[in-house]
Amino acid sequence: MAKKYDAGVKEYRSTYWEPDYKVKDSDVLAVFKVIPQPGIDREEAAAAVAAESSTGTWTTVWTDLLTDLDYYKGRAYAIEDVPGSDDAFYAFIAYPMDLFEEGSVVNVFTSLVGNVFGFKAVRSLRLEDVRFPLWFVTTCFGPPHGINVERDKMDKYGRPLLGCTIKPKLGLSAKNYGRAVYECLRGGLDFTKDDENVNSQPFMRWRDRFDFCQEAIEKAEKETGERKGHYMNVTAPTVEEMYKRAEYAKEIGTPIIMSDYLTLGWAAHNSLSKWCRDNGMLLHVHRAMHAVIDRNPNHGINFRVLTKLLRLLGGDHLHSGTVVGKLEGDREATLGWIDIMRDRYIKEDRSRGIFFDQDWGGMPGVFPVASGGIHVWHMPALVSIFGNDSVLQFGGGTLGHPWGNAAGAAANRVALEACVQARNEGREIEKEGKDILINAAKHSPELKIAMETWKEIKFEFDTVDKLDTQHR
Amino acid sequence: MSVQDYTSRLSDPASRKMGTFSYLPEMDDAQIRKQVEWIVKHGWNPAVEHTEPEHATSNYWYMWKLPMFGETDVDAILAEIKACAEANPGNHVRLIGYNNFTQSQGANMVVVRGKMV
Repeated sequence: MAKKYDAGVKEYRSTYWEPDYKVKDSDVLAVFKVIPQPGIDREEAAAAVAAESSTGTWTTVWTDLLTDLDYYKGRAYAIEDVPGSDDAFYAFIAYPMDLFEEGSVVNVFTSLVGNVFGFKAVRSLRLEDVRFPLWFVTTCFGPPHGINVERDKMDKYGRPLLGCTIKPKLGLSAKNYGRAVYECLRGGLDFTKDDENVNSQPFMRWRDRFDFCQEAIEKAEKETGERKGHYMNVTAPTVEEMYKRAEYAKEIGTPIIMSDYLTLGWAAHNSLSKWCRDNGMLLHVHRAMHAVIDRNPNHGINFRVLTKLLRLLGGDHLHSGTVVGKLEGDREATLGWIDIMRDRYIKEDRSRGIFFDQDWGGMPGVFPVASGGIHVWHMPALVSIFGNDSVLQFGGGTLGHPWGNAAGAAANRVALEACVQARNEGREIEKEGKDILINAAKHSPELKIAMETWKEIKFEFDTVDKLDTQHR
Repeated sequence: MSVQDYTSRLSDPASRKMGTFSYLPEMDDAQIRKQVEWIVKHGWNPAVEHTEPEHATSNYWYMWKLPMFGETDVDAILAEIKACAEANPGNHVRLIGYNNFTQSQGANMVVVRGKMV
């Protein structure tokens, strides 16, 4: 029976709250943390979020009757308490597959985190997790190479990779910058990195930087007999300029470039990722601006969602936080999203903040990158937390060595290998970390000095964005 | 503490490294045994390869027989390392643990170091 047109404002719940709905495998599922305005009950608020992030608007319109809204609408299908909060609740929403363009992360998020985030009926809103159905995953491009291909290309096995961001971030000339790169690489690092805000400033234009860094890579490779790379940042003001820099990086034979996926823009990043696969170039991905989006526990997007989004857009490395360094990161939550980056299938695990099973099909994994305020004393914890499939990046912890970058690099490499060796031997490296490092330093004066230099430096501040747990 | 240099040179063969564990002292027999146990424990397929030191940067070293699929006898694996080294004096010998689920190498380490060039 056809419906009659009835103009006016209806409660959202009458259309968009369906507690009996059976979730389909093809649905995109999302869970939001919602704090409604006073006087608005949970069901109505959840239904409003479902409506405003899918087909609904504030009033009934006659054109609603020209389509099958029951088929196209998103619906709230469950509500749960948020542990430790009286105000907030979780709203689970299912979106049918036809709402989204195949392969378009941009399209999915324009809906899910679009207008709804400014919607007056909710005081705050946070997208905590998204389940991407397998059909959507397979229409996305994914990492240009992935973890295992990168290991083969770079010839690095059985251990985390080791990197360093060149400092000072800004102000070095291209030649002096290349010197810093060369020293790090000859000392034993696998990679060095452009800092995120190094693009093409007047003091160091991109082309000069690429040329000097490539010479540094090639000499360090000859000297050590190992494969090396420098993440050449091609983040640029325009897409045309981005491609120009990427093409030049390829022309000089460098193995890896980098981009900043949030500031560059997702469409541009997706294009760059495709270019990387077509051109055999590894892609390191920085996440500048993420904390603007993900740090507030009540509003924004949880980083685990930004992680999934990047794996879909494509990237071979993504910064994940360190847990132990100078930057924010809850341990269990971090363990959750590094699994999301690397594994083929991730089970729901509330203790790690994972709300849905996620099947990645055949999509390759992304290396999580731990970077920011870490030094040799953190090595046992880092190897234990991150395991082999990770990139550990020591910036100040390499360059700040009293004997210079090469010695700093060697100290980190020795510490890393000692921890991996001890772990393989069955030792508990977090517990025995001190002994392992002291023993390794007997053969490495560089490590010994590094251990003396950074003995007392810790970053023990409480995490702002913690997992939601009962605390009373 | 006086400022010191990290000594490596193009002209000094001792500067050449070969991947995981090459920044640590060469492993003794007991240490190699532990690493073999690690490979077996994970269900990886052990394999032994070798090369002339001057060709160490190639992706393809010479296989010492086929990988030891399903081999879990640590002594048998150690014996192949020894046999490979004896048959190819002066060569680098490495131990690999093939992980057929990831199609990657879970472990890869040089266990006998030839003369660096």
